[in-house]
Parts: sequence; C-alpha cells; structure tokens
Amino acid sequence: MSIAVTAHYFAAFRERAGCEQEAVSTSSATAAELYDEIAGRHGFADARERCKVAINGTLAGWDDTLENGDEVLFFPPVAGG
Amino acid sequence: MPAAFEITADPIDPVALKSRLTADRAGACATFEGWVRDLNEGETVDALEYETHAAIAANEGEAVIAEAIERFPILRAEGVHRVGKLAIGECAVWVGVSAEHRGAAFDACRYIIDEIKHRLPIWKKEHYRKGATSWINCATQATRASPKPD
Repeated sequence: MSIAVTAHYFAAFRERAGCEQEAVSTSSATAAELYDEIAGRHGFADARERCKVAINGTLAGWDDTLENGDEVLFFPPVAGG
Repeated sequence: MPAAFEITADPIDPVALKSRLTADRAGACATFEGWVRDLNEGETVDALEYETHAAIAANEGEAVIAEAIERFPILRAEGVHRVGKLAIGECAVWVGVSAEHRGAAFDACRYIIDEIKHRLPIWKKEHYRKGATSWINCATQATRASPKPD
C-alpha cells in the first residue's frame, strides 16, 4: 500500500537532490525506510544515525510511522556553532 | 520580551545580549562567543554560510535553555545563533548565563553551547580561498563539482 508524502531537503541534501522538496509516493512505513529509499535515489552519503528527521514541523524518531499527507524533513548531520 | 533563544540573520551584539542576564542576586556571568575562523583542516577559509530550519532550531534552542535552568543553579540564560553568510572574525553564536556563583555559570554555559552544537538543525558550509565549498560534517555534497579542497 503506498502513501503520498512530501519530502523536504536541507543544506547538503538539498544541493544533492537538486530541489528543496518533492512529492513522493512510497510504500515505506517509517521515516527510516523512507530515508533509505530517498538516500538511495538521490545519492545521500550520510548514515541515517548521523542525520535527523522532522515530521510535520516537529523533530521525530526514525522509527516513527508515516501517514498519508505527512511533510517529512530530512536533516543532514548538523554543524552549528 | 525576547525569547531565551533566537535565530537571527543580523550581526550579534554581545553587549545588548549580556544586558538580558542582569539579576541582583547574580555574582557571576559567563558568556561564550563562537567566531568564524580562517583555517580548517589545512585549508584557508574565506567565509562561512550557515543555514537552518529556523522554527525547529528556535524551539530546540529554547528547550536547551530550559534544561540548563533546570539542571544548574543559575538565574538567567540566553542564546543566539546567527545564520547567513559570515566573514572571518564574525560572531556566529552567543551564549550567556548569570548565576549566584561561577561554577554553575561556567557549567551551564558549556552545557548550552555543547547541546546547541549537536542538537540544533543548523548547517555550515565553508567557502575556501581556492574556490571550493564544503558542507561540514557531511559525507553528502552537491552533485555539481564542488571538489574537496586539495
């Protein structure tokens, strides 16, 4: 069963993907599965454990399940300060 | 009243920020400034570009400040992170804490900057003298040829 979500990319991910966001039709059930799918497609080279994800504007866990219509934000490894 | 943690595109004013920490009971004030430096892994850096998801970074920064107030006997704590393109020597991040005594002020200040650095969705792109750029901490870089500096 597939759902429709919007994936948002930041920093190195945005440059690599060539876009800030895109509509995705996916059978991935969790944020982690979606990352693996998208990382493979776009060539993201960072291990998921070093990245963060937010769903609908709030930081989320990689094991969080996705729902139709979710906005999923993929954050590459952070480097503030 | 300004939030205890802010993301800003404007130059940081340490004097104005420090004035937010005043408290009659405070015997100590500890502040930290992160400056843009000109050398990283042997390559000369001309500028740094910071990007963020501002709403989530501000929320998370507020959470860090609240944790510091909970964990350490301090009176006030504030933090600001600047985003955009910064030149060498400019201040990228400011943290300040006031407390009755210096131990807690130092400890809380360190806690806040350490947490900011590893939790907030902020990313840093170095612009090298030789023309290349690199997103720090990232294995992923742009598809366009942005070779690692040699």
